[in-house]
Amino acid sequence: MTELWDAFVEALRLIVSLDDEVVSIAWRSLRVSAASTALAALFCIPLGGLISFRSFHGKRLLINIIQTFYSVPTVCVGLFVFLMLSRAGPLGGLGLLFTPTAMVLGQALLITPIMLGLTISALSGVDKTIRDTTLSLGASERQAIWAIIKEARFAVGAAIVLGFGRAISEVGVAWMVGGNIKGFTRLLTTAIALDAQKGELVLALALGVILIAIALIVSLGVNLVQQRH
Amino acid sequence: MSLIQVVDLNQRHGSKTTLKWVSFSLEKGEVFGLIGPTGAGKTTLLRLLDQLENPTSGKIFFDGRVVTGSPRLQTQVRRKVSMVLQKPVVFNTSVIDNVAYPLKVRGHDRKTVAETVNEILKTVGLEEYAKRNARTLSGGETQKVALARALVTRPQVLLLDEPTANLDPLSLDMIEKLVVQFNREYGMAVVIATHEMAQGQRLADRIGVMMDGELVQTGKPSEIFSTPTDLRVARFVGVENILQGKVNSNRESLVHIDVQGRDVEAIANRFPGDEVHLCIRPEDITLSLRGASTSARNSFSGQVTGLALSGALARVQLDCGFTLVALITKQSAEELGLQIGKQAHVSFKATAVHVIGQ
Repeated sequence: MTELWDAFVEALRLIVSLDDEVVSIAWRSLRVSAASTALAALFCIPLGGLISFRSFHGKRLLINIIQTFYSVPTVCVGLFVFLMLSRAGPLGGLGLLFTPTAMVLGQALLITPIMLGLTISALSGVDKTIRDTTLSLGASERQAIWAIIKEARFAVGAAIVLGFGRAISEVGVAWMVGGNIKGFTRLLTTAIALDAQKGELVLALALGVILIAIALIVSLGVNLVQQRH
Repeated sequence: MSLIQVVDLNQRHGSKTTLKWVSFSLEKGEVFGLIGPTGAGKTTLLRLLDQLENPTSGKIFFDGRVVTGSPRLQTQVRRKVSMVLQKPVVFNTSVIDNVAYPLKVRGHDRKTVAETVNEILKTVGLEEYAKRNARTLSGGETQKVALARALVTRPQVLLLDEPTANLDPLSLDMIEKLVVQFNREYGMAVVIATHEMAQGQRLADRIGVMMDGELVQTGKPSEIFSTPTDLRVARFVGVENILQGKVNSNRESLVHIDVQGRDVEAIANRFPGDEVHLCIRPEDITLSLRGASTSARNSFSGQVTGLALSGALARVQLDCGFTLVALITKQSAEELGLQIGKQAHVSFKATAVHVIGQ
């Protein structure tokens, strides 16, 4: 027990003293997940707007399928992206496997269903007359969708943040397509897993505390914004 | 050429038919009142005119061109037509941004947008609220924002769906004045849906009456009011005396009609045996104490069963074998010494009786 406590205190010291390795891993994690979230958002928000705006056959089914993929196992997405990017895969020629770019692509793919699904449900929460109002005032379809997204900006923001939360906390994709290369593709989660296995509890704990802190700050921020509106 | 022409519109929503064979036209600069009870299809018709829905069948022409079924033309038409929904929604942003929206989607530059918006906000008296979030406004103010937002592009046609249903008299007056002003100054055509006959009479050049999805009668407000073509219209426009009867004889259009055993004369093209309804406006009935010495062909004696004063007028209800309501001045009611239970004579001209079929 004392051993654990000592490790915890040492971990806090590492954080407070801004230990080089801890800071570089945390910073890389933030950058990779922010990039994957931005990439997914660029794709999911317009697409979610289009799906929610238009009525077409199979819309309900499509939304059900998207929702089913909310809980897709991270290692399965990792495996899929690995196969795509591996030398024998269709995108093998790009030479992206075991790079931060590969992790960004993998995480973006992982969080696409949840971000897309939550965007659609955020937009369906907007008063239907907003759609008629925008069209009636002369908006094109694109302009109308944009106006609806702006009306739902806080709920759409929450969808983005939840996507970020899933991206920064996952291990499977980062490990499989990033390879956990020290100083290059090692993220908070993969570093924690490795350090714990090696018995480097102090480092694992320090990184764990940082990861939890990031997650807490993010969801606290969301709560604050939503309560204010 | 009519600005908008509507031909044989039908609209079904699922199993419910909301419009049946509606045809009418709207001229440039005209104010058209669409009146009818709630659920008659007024909103559906406005939505079709604004290209927010496509009809199940039928065509809509705008400036002589068929719009129906062409998304590109529909967007063009929407940019010339503005609609204020019955319960208008404002965007969750400032009043200024709300009113600027239609100009922004049309790609006007920032300076033009700012100037035009300021001008219209001044016109509707909302300049103090410019920076307020539009969602924090009261019902009447929201309605004004919606109207300003609809008018800011100077549309060729303004569609209003029950614009004053939930408004205080002051806001109502202001909104009606504004609509009239834009109509006169810019020749903007207006279609105003309302369940209030009086509002239709105040504003409209022509009125169309909708009942159960059908446009049952179109005409000048005075025509609709004095000669409704159908019993539902008569009831809706507030004809207070509607009697049921059967035609006994017809001599050169002077018909004798049996109403609960009494003989009423009227001018109509109906034939013996026809079941008819008789509409008599309360202000066309005269009252006296002695037997009538007027030229009126219909004269009955009856008993006063109700008396209500409203302003300078008195509404008198009489039982003369059938019930009639007469509207006379308060002064003549006093001169006649009318009170409940008193006997009085009722008379009205044959031409004051409007006969409709059953």
